[in-house]
Amino acid sequence: MSDYLHDFFDIPSDLQHSWIGLVGLHLREALLPVAAGLLLALPLAQLCVRFRWLYPPVLGVTTVLYAIPSLAFFVVLIDYTGQTELTVMIPLAVYSLVVLVPAIVDGVRSVPQETLSAATAMGFGPVRRYLQVQLPIAVPAIIAGLRVATVSSISLVSVGMLIGNQGALGNLLHDAQMYNRPELTWNSVITTALLAILVDALLVLVRVLLTPWMPSGTAGREQAPALKDAAR
Amino acid sequence: MNVLNFVNAFFSDSAHWHGYDGIPARLAEHVQYTLEALALAAAIGLPIGLVTGHYGRGGNALSLVATAGRALPSFGLLVLMTTLLGFGMLPVMIPLVVLAVPPILVTTYEAMRSVDPSPVDAARGMGMHESRILFQVELPVALPLILSGLRSAAIQIVSTATIAAYVSLGGLGRYIVDGLFQVNYEKVVGGATLVAVLALVTLALFWAVARVAVSPGVRRR
Repeated sequence: MSDYLHDFFDIPSDLQHSWIGLVGLHLREALLPVAAGLLLALPLAQLCVRFRWLYPPVLGVTTVLYAIPSLAFFVVLIDYTGQTELTVMIPLAVYSLVVLVPAIVDGVRSVPQETLSAATAMGFGPVRRYLQVQLPIAVPAIIAGLRVATVSSISLVSVGMLIGNQGALGNLLHDAQMYNRPELTWNSVITTALLAILVDALLVLVRVLLTPWMPSGTAGREQAPALKDAAR
Repeated sequence: MNVLNFVNAFFSDSAHWHGYDGIPARLAEHVQYTLEALALAAAIGLPIGLVTGHYGRGGNALSLVATAGRALPSFGLLVLMTTLLGFGMLPVMIPLVVLAVPPILVTTYEAMRSVDPSPVDAARGMGMHESRILFQVELPVALPLILSGLRSAAIQIVSTATIAAYVSLGGLGRYIVDGLFQVNYEKVVGGATLVAVLALVTLALFWAVARVAVSPGVRRR
């Protein structure tokens, strides 16, 4: 048993990382794109809320972008960014953007008109109203979108293995076949799945902390947007 | 535009148009994998989603299943299944179905839950049997959302079926994987273009199906 565990975490040296190192690399390759996606999605979604005519074309373009397969996306980028981490991260950022823009737009739009009127009557300007009223109320929807984006991002990084071994934990799959060590495949799958579940749980925790007015369980109205976004 | 040159070179090479490694053959394989995986995933996801959605129970369990399904890395699962089961169709189908079931399951449940309760109550008041309520009242109203779930599942399958080539199966991923190993970017980019086009065609197909299948009364809302 201990021998097996030793093999399990004995990462071939050509990967140039320990197991923890691969985990860190994987998180970086998966989470930086989501952060970039969020950074781009917030202003874009605000524009879509502000100018209603903008939303349908933005939604159309993002749906088409989402339909481009990750491997195809990676491969076309090779010509510009080479077989680097960036080649893996750009498509992931685009996918995050695609999931996040509708989530934020729906969330911000779901704020009741009375709430907005109340904020205006209290003397809130548009900027303060957006930051202190609309955005906090949209937090559950935004987090639901972030959960989908991060979990699929973490899963997709592995495909980067095919792009010059840029798949972090996914690179274990290559070595597992090369050195005929199936336990490395198990390691890759289990670690990636656990990472995704852990980060997902963390995001739920963030949502609970950011929305103290909501019931802490998944009961109630909050379930609906979370499930809807999980379906994307 | 380097990419465009690659695309042009790939598609104008007549050698790519026939034989077992020709575009028609690879395209047919890819479509076959996609249809089989989608049919399997729908056979699992639709009934469970419809019934749980009808009775409004098990939403939390479904979202857990969805997260778990999404958390499993398809590529890793594919390689794992191949080491466990050897090369063949089954190890490719398992990750594709695992990938496609959550969106179908969750959207179907959600679609059934979002049906306006008043027509359902009216149908029940008229003495309709529960199964008739499900199929004749709720299903038609929920259909647009259910189709959108099937659509995202189909697109994810089209996109992910490319990696089947890594475990020595066919499909359009063949060009990408072979091209990468042969450092033949013309082939790689040509394969990538074909997959992207197939994904867009799938998108268009679902749009067309929705136009035909969704009742005009539902569409207007």
